[in-house]
Amino acid sequence: MMPRPLVMFAALLLVGGMGQPGGPSGLLALLGIGGVLLCLRAWPAPALAGIGLAALALMAWAMLLALSVPGPRGADANGLWLALGGWAIFVWCVLDRLALLQRPRPLGLLAPALLGAALLFAWEVLVVGWEVPRVLLPAPHAVGDALAARWHVLWPDFRQTAVAVLAGWAIGSGAGLAVALLADRVDFLRRGLLPLAGLAGAVPIVGIAPIMVMWFGFDWQSKAAVAAVVTFFPMLVNTLAGLAAVDTMQRDLMRTYAAGHGATLMKLRMPSALPFVFNALKINSTLALISAIVAEFFGSPIVGLGFRISAEVARMNVDVVWAAITLAALAGSAFYGLIALVERAFTFWHPSYRSS
Amino acid sequence: MTAEASAALAGPLPGGRWQAAGSRAWPVAVVVAVGLLVWYAAAVWLNAPRVIERLDGLGQPWGAPELVAAAWSMERPVMPAPHQIALDWWGSVFGNAIDSPRSLVFHAGVTLSATLLGFVFGMLLGVALAVGVVSSRVLDRGLLPWVIASQTIPILAIAPMVVVVLGSLGYPPLISKAVISMYLCFFPVTIGMVKGLRSPETLQLDLLRTYSATPSQTLRKLRLPAALPFLFASARVAIATSLVGAIVGELPTGAAAGLGARLLSGSYFGQTIQIWSALLMAALLGVTLVAAVGVLERLVGRWMGSAPAAPGRGR
Repeated sequence: MMPRPLVMFAALLLVGGMGQPGGPSGLLALLGIGGVLLCLRAWPAPALAGIGLAALALMAWAMLLALSVPGPRGADANGLWLALGGWAIFVWCVLDRLALLQRPRPLGLLAPALLGAALLFAWEVLVVGWEVPRVLLPAPHAVGDALAARWHVLWPDFRQTAVAVLAGWAIGSGAGLAVALLADRVDFLRRGLLPLAGLAGAVPIVGIAPIMVMWFGFDWQSKAAVAAVVTFFPMLVNTLAGLAAVDTMQRDLMRTYAAGHGATLMKLRMPSALPFVFNALKINSTLALISAIVAEFFGSPIVGLGFRISAEVARMNVDVVWAAITLAALAGSAFYGLIALVERAFTFWHPSYRSS
Repeated sequence: MTAEASAALAGPLPGGRWQAAGSRAWPVAVVVAVGLLVWYAAAVWLNAPRVIERLDGLGQPWGAPELVAAAWSMERPVMPAPHQIALDWWGSVFGNAIDSPRSLVFHAGVTLSATLLGFVFGMLLGVALAVGVVSSRVLDRGLLPWVIASQTIPILAIAPMVVVVLGSLGYPPLISKAVISMYLCFFPVTIGMVKGLRSPETLQLDLLRTYSATPSQTLRKLRLPAALPFLFASARVAIATSLVGAIVGELPTGAAAGLGARLLSGSYFGQTIQIWSALLMAALLGVTLVAAVGVLERLVGRWMGSAPAAPGRGR
């Protein structure tokens, strides 16, 4: 429940917003007051969340409508800013209710989705309302326009970078896994490698990018090489930690079955190391994307997301830069999400997936 | 862990400790030596084509010794030999005045200042977010998923953007580099601190409730002290990523100073040895910073009257 004074303050803001010249329409203020009153009543969370979400969407629509026609901007549009302030408090109020909804699972995603949408909306209204120069920060709709208009350029860029990322991720993770299995077999190697791999975590490995560009040329191979080296160490360290994480009791059981190293590895230790391996795969998905993009700053053919970003920054086409960043962000999240799904399929037995 | 057990782990007899250190250092030394041997061999193999070209150009007969010697002493080798890197590093660290742009110490200092500033920013942001997440249901449910999602985004791609925008607003490059570092290193701090602030047991929280402690008192007297080991574990990760952020922040602007600028100019002019010695400096800087956080952790632990084993230490 929202503290009462805060709700009253929100109501005042909304009423004030209605009276301002050039502010949002009366409909907006009416909806706002209705929403605040809703928050005051101890309604069941689902009903309130539904009504609140609808009211929020209507208010947002009205604000965008007010912005789409010529009117006062910046410090003169105080009606708009008051309305935005009230809207933000109302968002908090609805979020507070949404946070109570956790099950079924899709409902649990409502709160983060609302917060994300609200931040995006605030960005849009603030940038358009204050007429921020596009060179500094483009509005989300401008980024969307750029994404659509330059899709024929950005798609090849994306493909170029994605090939490098996937190749580097697969090679680096595969090599890390292989060396970890070898080091697990040869204890001397493990004791020699583990401290060094730990040190590698403190070292900015991305710095090898210029060397790899010299060795493997400007094309995607050099980016894949950087990604492979960067992703090698997390996989090595995580796999070794996972292989060591088996209970003494379980290992003893395998010994009573007279299981050899191979059987113990395949039937007990590898399965129980899987969560660690997947954790490394997830960390590596982000690392590979970052290192490929950074490597493209050092020299690339005239295609690739990193190249596009550095080239368009120099030409002050900031909306295209943001479009490229958006594309990279979506790809990164999708890659991560995909690995998480595969992880769920492989390690469904792990306690962290058990529903309480 | 009982007191006896921790004492047994922390300090066996002095002689035993030396023996233990020896048996731990020996495999590492062997692996490093093998690595160096492979490196020298690779230097010959990778440099051979160009060396052979030059030796043939001289018109004199040559054999394997000449080839190897020439491959290990090229001016712009494809792969420099380790001693070339070490000599270049030594020369540029001790052979120049500290404030001269030829000195690696100067460049490391520039990067270090951005790293530390970004680290402080990141710690503050991370701790503030964690306190918010722990004390507010809305932030816990609504914000935490976005904090996690933010790490699947290649944030370094924004680096050129941040440098240009903050630069045109009149901020010095130091600030924009620190902002990039902050972006990178707040995440482990937030996640670690959320875990740490929630680590007090129900019994302890109930005790404070019987004292009718306010939420802010609970935070200050129980949750924050309990979270300190987690904070330090996160800080070790954070300072390493902060260094990466500072170096990458120097790339897109063609900055004049800093280890990143050194890498960039080395790659423009094909000065491979310069790139490698800048890398060596960055590696040393990273290891030193992480070790410094470790020392700070031990000091704070001793000052607080215990030396709790930090979570995730053994990994």
